[in-house]
Amino acid sequence: MSRHFIPKVVTANRLREGDVVYLTADDRWSPIHHEAELIEDEARAQIRLLFATAQKLYVVGAYLADAKAGPDGPEPVHVREAFRTRGPSNYSHGKQADLV
Amino acid sequence: MYSYSEFDESFVRARVAQFTQQVERRLNGSLTEEEFRPLRLMNGLYLQLHAYMLRVAIPYGTINPHQMRQLAHIAQTWDKGYGHFTTRQNIQFNWPKLEDVPAILGALADVGMHAIQTSGNCVRNVTADHFAGAAADEIEDPRPVAELLRQWSTDHPEFQFLPRKFKIAITGSPNDRAVTRAHDIGLRMVRNNTGEPGFEVMVGGGLGRTPMIAHIIREFLPKADLLPYIEAILSVYNTLGRRDNKYKARIKITVHETGKEEITRMIEERFAELRPFFGGNDQKLLAEIEKAFAPPRFKTTSVDAYNVFYRTNPTFRAWADTNLHAHKTNSYAIVTISLKAHGATPGDATADQMREIAALAEEYGHSELRISHEQNVILPHVPKADLPALHARLEKAGLATANVGLISDIIACPGMDYCSLATARSIPIAQEIATHFKALDLEHEIGPLKIKVSGCINACGHHHVGHIGILGLDRAGVENYQITLGGDGTETATIGEKTGPGFAYDEIVPAIERLVRIYLTLRTSKEETFLETYRRTGIDPFKAALYEGKDTQDAA
Repeated sequence: MSRHFIPKVVTANRLREGDVVYLTADDRWSPIHHEAELIEDEARAQIRLLFATAQKLYVVGAYLADAKAGPDGPEPVHVREAFRTRGPSNYSHGKQADLV
Repeated sequence: MYSYSEFDESFVRARVAQFTQQVERRLNGSLTEEEFRPLRLMNGLYLQLHAYMLRVAIPYGTINPHQMRQLAHIAQTWDKGYGHFTTRQNIQFNWPKLEDVPAILGALADVGMHAIQTSGNCVRNVTADHFAGAAADEIEDPRPVAELLRQWSTDHPEFQFLPRKFKIAITGSPNDRAVTRAHDIGLRMVRNNTGEPGFEVMVGGGLGRTPMIAHIIREFLPKADLLPYIEAILSVYNTLGRRDNKYKARIKITVHETGKEEITRMIEERFAELRPFFGGNDQKLLAEIEKAFAPPRFKTTSVDAYNVFYRTNPTFRAWADTNLHAHKTNSYAIVTISLKAHGATPGDATADQMREIAALAEEYGHSELRISHEQNVILPHVPKADLPALHARLEKAGLATANVGLISDIIACPGMDYCSLATARSIPIAQEIATHFKALDLEHEIGPLKIKVSGCINACGHHHVGHIGILGLDRAGVENYQITLGGDGTETATIGEKTGPGFAYDEIVPAIERLVRIYLTLRTSKEETFLETYRRTGIDPFKAALYEGKDTQDAA
């Protein structure tokens, strides 16, 4: 493998509520990005995504999102993923309100 | 307004029952997401960034107070206490849970509303002039025709799987307030030389990644020929439209690739085939529908007290100057309730505001309401004598913002705060422009100026037809905003011109201020609007001001 692999997390939305969730190393779906499993190997990323996609009764739209290591756990790289960790900027709705 | 017939009622109820079962089957695993997705989209249910989103149609922007209260009830019961009015005369709820959606659709059906065909490759909600039935310049109320089109297109078996989505807009006035030239089909009512009303038919307009102004393919179409003619257009598009490439699938590309003359010929040929099959039942139905849109019985009241109040109360005068428009009856006015309070989210209304608006429509406005594509609410028929009292009530509810048509009356799509397609935020840009120019106290000095913000290339925020258009893009994971100038969504429709390199999130408000300041310097008088000045001078002085002191190569 020649090119550099950007670490990933597996993310999706909960089927019933639509809330954003992240796949943890112990196979839970957590609402907190820091609790996600930071996947640094491409093959492992594909296996984890397959696992996530198979969880049809729990989540919808699973995909791999770029992430990086941080002091409290994985952090999003892209601004879009940063928004998904907290909610919209015009109201205190979503995670920024629910997780306090 | 039109009330559901037994047929409409049973059709919508049957659809709610069907979707209720589909949701159950999804939740118990009998349906996969791949199977369920097209079913939920057919019923207006999207999955967005943070949650599901339900898009509910407000056909041709007409809604009654009873329905408005039900929207408030839905917002409060199953969402977070507000709703978002969109540029397509829909309302979107941003936080429904999947398992609650059947109940929401049931609550909508209770008041004759639905979310059918608010997504998917079908004929979408037919939009209309938001002053329909009231405007002084109107030839005829376009809404009966819009309702006829709604009934005809709903679940039309031939047009459920078009190459791509299909949007129709209609206006009964020569002055176009419905952006008809940026729709797949635009219909503008005109009179022929014998004075008979009919439609100018435009095809192939659209915004998005390939913005195009529609071509006029028929300068005058008699009203009685409308339905077969629309069917002919859809039929030709259904055959020719590109199904191989999503980005080339809209009718604007079909018209562009086929050529206006050839596609007109094909449409006319198909029309000649179809016309004899329309034996007059459509016209009978239209006549029935027209009865439902009979204007209210207007009162004759003195306008003296209004005139005195207008002269003596500056706050009221400022509001009246921007938020009132000419009504076909002299003693009445059309009132626009701005949903653009400075710093608020464009198009959002809380449940309490919706209830107050419903009450005001009943007390002062013959129980009529419209939603505009500019994301405001209209009371189309208010006696001038009642305007001071109405204004006082609006002030109390925080709904008396005097800014319609001004710089803070911004169209903004939900952008990256909600939308999964977005590449940048729109709402905070609109909020910051509004509060910035309020702080400068320049808004009324600037005069008419339409700013429109889209958070991605799909252009739901109509940025191409904004006098100033702002398009949010993603540049290497960072928000970046491109500016267009000179766009126009009226009967003189024009696509705005790109100025050059984009601006970072925190550079965009100062950039807009530079454009506004140069306009104030350039204009020949207070009467010359931003758009008029731009058309007179061209883009150069604006560009120079915008990129002042910047090497444009590096500005991005």
